[in-house]
Amino acid sequence: MNEQNSDGTVTKRFMIVNRKAPHGTVYALEVLEMVLISAMFDQDVHVAFLDDGVWQLRRGQVPAALEMKDFSKTYRALEGYGVDKIYVERESLTERGLLEKNLVVPVEVIGRADMARLMDGMDVVLTA
Amino acid sequence: MKFAILVNEGPFNHQAADTAYQFARAAVARGHEVLRVFFYYDGVHNAHRASAPQADERNIVVRWSKLAEQHGVDLAVCVAAGLRRGVTEAVIAPGFRITGLGQLIEAGIDADRTMVFGD
Repeated sequence: MNEQNSDGTVTKRFMIVNRKAPHGTVYALEVLEMVLISAMFDQDVHVAFLDDGVWQLRRGQVPAALEMKDFSKTYRALEGYGVDKIYVERESLTERGLLEKNLVVPVEVIGRADMARLMDGMDVVLTA
Repeated sequence: MKFAILVNEGPFNHQAADTAYQFARAAVARGHEVLRVFFYYDGVHNAHRASAPQADERNIVVRWSKLAEQHGVDLAVCVAAGLRRGVTEAVIAPGFRITGLGQLIEAGIDADRTMVFGD
């Protein structure tokens, strides 16, 4: 799956999976820090949102009300870091009454079975 | 096989720290190589040397230190996650070191398998 580049370095398929709501626990914020760092390593980075993780991309969050930082803006900046493979699981949106237009950033919405296949093709899956 | 291990949870509060340790020890015992154990989120508390569980309980922090001492396993604690929680150079147990998140990505690149322990 991973390819050896001509200069001897290795490019692997990384997937960083978000499964938790943006607030309530620190996972979403610290996963985002992981995504930003992974972008600096010239790897094939994929970011996935499923289960309550889809709430992270909900437009119109007001985390200041919880004295929390609004890091949802950072998802919009990911493309600038070369991270543009962002996948959201359709069933997770539907189960929560969310629509693609409610999200802060353009994503690829895929079904649960396709998400499983995509994940299966990864070299490294980091999740929280 | 070369393994990288990510510990997402704190000791005592969650089984993840125990299972990660048992996995690492079993892997080493079977002749595999554990390239790095990386501690992130509340997992950084696994490195706190002030941890003092009761005598009839397993000592999670000491157990990790022994794994590093006996088998040369690299115990890497995320600097940013550590700073948030007061786990800094000054309080870490022997065998642990404070480093950046890049070392997790690097371990993922170098290892044959990356194992994540948490929910």
